[in-house]
Amino acid sequence: MRLWAQSHRCQKPRRVSSVLAAAFALVFLILGASQSASALPAFARKYGLRCSACHESWPMLNFFGQKFKDNGYQLMNDRDAPIWQNPGYWPVTFRIVPLWHRVSTNKVRVDSGDGSREAKITSSGFDLTGLDFHTGGTLEKNISFYVLPSSDATGSFHFETVMARLDNVFGSPWLNVKLGKFELDNLLSEKRPLTLTANGGIYQLYHFMPVGSGNIFGQIGSNQLGVEVMGHSLNDRTRYSASLLSSNNGSVGLPYGSNSYSAFFTGSQAFDAGRLGVQRLGFYAMVGEAPTTWLTDGGAPVPGSGTGNKGYSREGFVGQFYFGPHVDLTVVTQHGSDSAWFGQGYGDLIDGVAVNNNTPGTVLAAGSRAPTWNGVLFEPHYVYNPQLIFIGRYETIRMSQQSTPGTPSNLGNITSYTVGYRYNPIMTSRAGLAWHTEYNWFHQDGTSPVSNTNLTSSELLMGFDFDF
Amino acid sequence: MNSLKPMRFIGAIFFTAILGMVLAVGFAAPAFAQDAPDVGPTPPLVLKPMESHIGNITGHAAAAKSDYRRYCAGCHGDLGDANGENAVWLDPKPRDFTSATFKCRSTLTGTLPTDEDLYNTIQRGITNSNMPIWNTFTRQQRADLVAYIKIFSPRWDKEKAGDPIKVPAEPPVTIDSIAHGKLLFTKLECWKCHGPAGKGDGPSSGTLTDSKDNPIRPYNFALGKDDSRFKCGSTNQDIYKIFMTGVDGTPMPSFADVIQPNDAWDLVHFLRTLQINRHGKENEILSAAHGVIPPYVDKNPAPAAAPAPAPADNKSPGGGQ
Repeated sequence: MRLWAQSHRCQKPRRVSSVLAAAFALVFLILGASQSASALPAFARKYGLRCSACHESWPMLNFFGQKFKDNGYQLMNDRDAPIWQNPGYWPVTFRIVPLWHRVSTNKVRVDSGDGSREAKITSSGFDLTGLDFHTGGTLEKNISFYVLPSSDATGSFHFETVMARLDNVFGSPWLNVKLGKFELDNLLSEKRPLTLTANGGIYQLYHFMPVGSGNIFGQIGSNQLGVEVMGHSLNDRTRYSASLLSSNNGSVGLPYGSNSYSAFFTGSQAFDAGRLGVQRLGFYAMVGEAPTTWLTDGGAPVPGSGTGNKGYSREGFVGQFYFGPHVDLTVVTQHGSDSAWFGQGYGDLIDGVAVNNNTPGTVLAAGSRAPTWNGVLFEPHYVYNPQLIFIGRYETIRMSQQSTPGTPSNLGNITSYTVGYRYNPIMTSRAGLAWHTEYNWFHQDGTSPVSNTNLTSSELLMGFDFDF
Repeated sequence: MNSLKPMRFIGAIFFTAILGMVLAVGFAAPAFAQDAPDVGPTPPLVLKPMESHIGNITGHAAAAKSDYRRYCAGCHGDLGDANGENAVWLDPKPRDFTSATFKCRSTLTGTLPTDEDLYNTIQRGITNSNMPIWNTFTRQQRADLVAYIKIFSPRWDKEKAGDPIKVPAEPPVTIDSIAHGKLLFTKLECWKCHGPAGKGDGPSSGTLTDSKDNPIRPYNFALGKDDSRFKCGSTNQDIYKIFMTGVDGTPMPSFADVIQPNDAWDLVHFLRTLQINRHGKENEILSAAHGVIPPYVDKNPAPAAAPAPAPADNKSPGGGQ
């Protein structure tokens, strides 16, 4: 589920030409397609637990909900197998948000008498998000599944998640195997955020691309195609996962490299800190290769022909800290690095994100370097009670090395603030409804479409987030 | 398109502010109230300064109010009376804390459980029911919830928890102990409910009710596998405690006054053999005897055991409180 709101992502500097525009448009489209949160009254109906049992505030999981998910959507009692359900039980949940929002961007390219200029655009009105149809659960004890057709706000559907999972293989929670398209094992799940705005409803860290990069493949927030092995202790205090992924950012049909794979690893350990609560520390790392060389037909890249793999990596730490029953803080860091080839505009030629083809004999421009960056996000919550939660987020990404020498060091840097609250007027085991109010302010350095100055956008959103 | 005119901008801001305030006040204010609007009127519940003591941890009822509402009230009810909105759909029904009758205890039948008993139940969950394993909580959270559970019944104000029974060391499993256990299983009429093969299909199995007259099924041992659990635990010590303390609120009586500890262990050994799919020392010894339990021969005759305590009206001695 995703808003298709007016966004800075569609307005890029003319200097970097249509490449960036296409790249960010693609990223936006991908993000738009991938923002599907999971909160399943279908599970609550099956087990008779309130939403609040598994969700700190739905859709964000608490530790109990995380364990339920890690167990393959099972409570690990004798009621897990579907044979225990009424034959009429069909584990389907839909979710959509009717809303009102006000969106403002300070610099949008508009026609002028002698070319183009920038203008501030602000619009407001009633709107909808996309629609998610979640269905998931168990096919048998210790065999789980999840299928999620998800649409944008116009009703155009795609498969956001399709996976089957063997749970507790050999009777051990330390071995679970999942195959399909699924969310990476991010401790701070972008599929279960407490935010909905275009820029606040995603984690910028999970999708960041340096300006001019042709690498769309390192987005840890996108659902990916592959196989995942994960395990956990009985109480979920210790967790690990390792995934082998196709380097295609979750796109079906083998559109990219002929032999390009990535890997994603996580590990974490939680601690009992008495009255403070459970504290968790972990890490993640994504390493992979993606193509830069394409066969062409009439000048157009041939899908599936990508070779000339180049590397990239994303790694960081995650901390989930609880300060008693009401306050918690999640911190995520990231250090990212792309091959210099990606930084110079090679990579996803299929979607037009990259503009250069690494044909035989191609050499990089002198002085080209691997673009690198660092980022961090802080997301505090104040849980007044299970029905009311206040949300904040500060996120920043700073380039530490631009690919092309002489590029302003801050080009593409991002700062984003988000505040809001969610109030659940009902709290049952049958359905979910939240009154959601959120404000996001987004800033990126040097990416306005005409003057290459700073771009700022903001969005105020309020609406009913409901599922059944 | 040019930027918005000032009046339109101001109008948008004004509209936003008004809408936000109206909705914030209208919808969020109830959340600041004492209790959720969806769970009925504010319950006349006095939050007593109840405590629990688990090892070196002291639990406080006041600290668990939010957790109880978040995790427990949906089934057990805001008043602890087992009338949560989901209770009607559950089988077996959730525990009614107002009666302070608990199945899983280390104390004699009819007495209150220890704090550790309640703590362990939260930690362990209850198999064959909707009670999950709440082992993701901190120890402090569980201790606080134990204290909170006590605010629902005046029994906790007037009575102390019973003394935990002593569980003697388990004697070695032998074919003789299994044979004696089988004899006890027959003499104590366990088979009437649990069935001759422990499949929960004894002649009385269809007539059983709990202390609230809800139908209740005896445990089916035959379903047990290596990871099987009983309502009140999974170890041999847990089984021992179950029939020495009884399962209050159900027809399962206490046999503490009927059999001696060593006899109880023999019964444990036999019950394990009813779990035909479980790999354990009891079944290994039975396999070594070619799956045949020989007739028990008492090498040290003792005074005859008292008759088994027949469950009155198929209800628990601790039931109906």
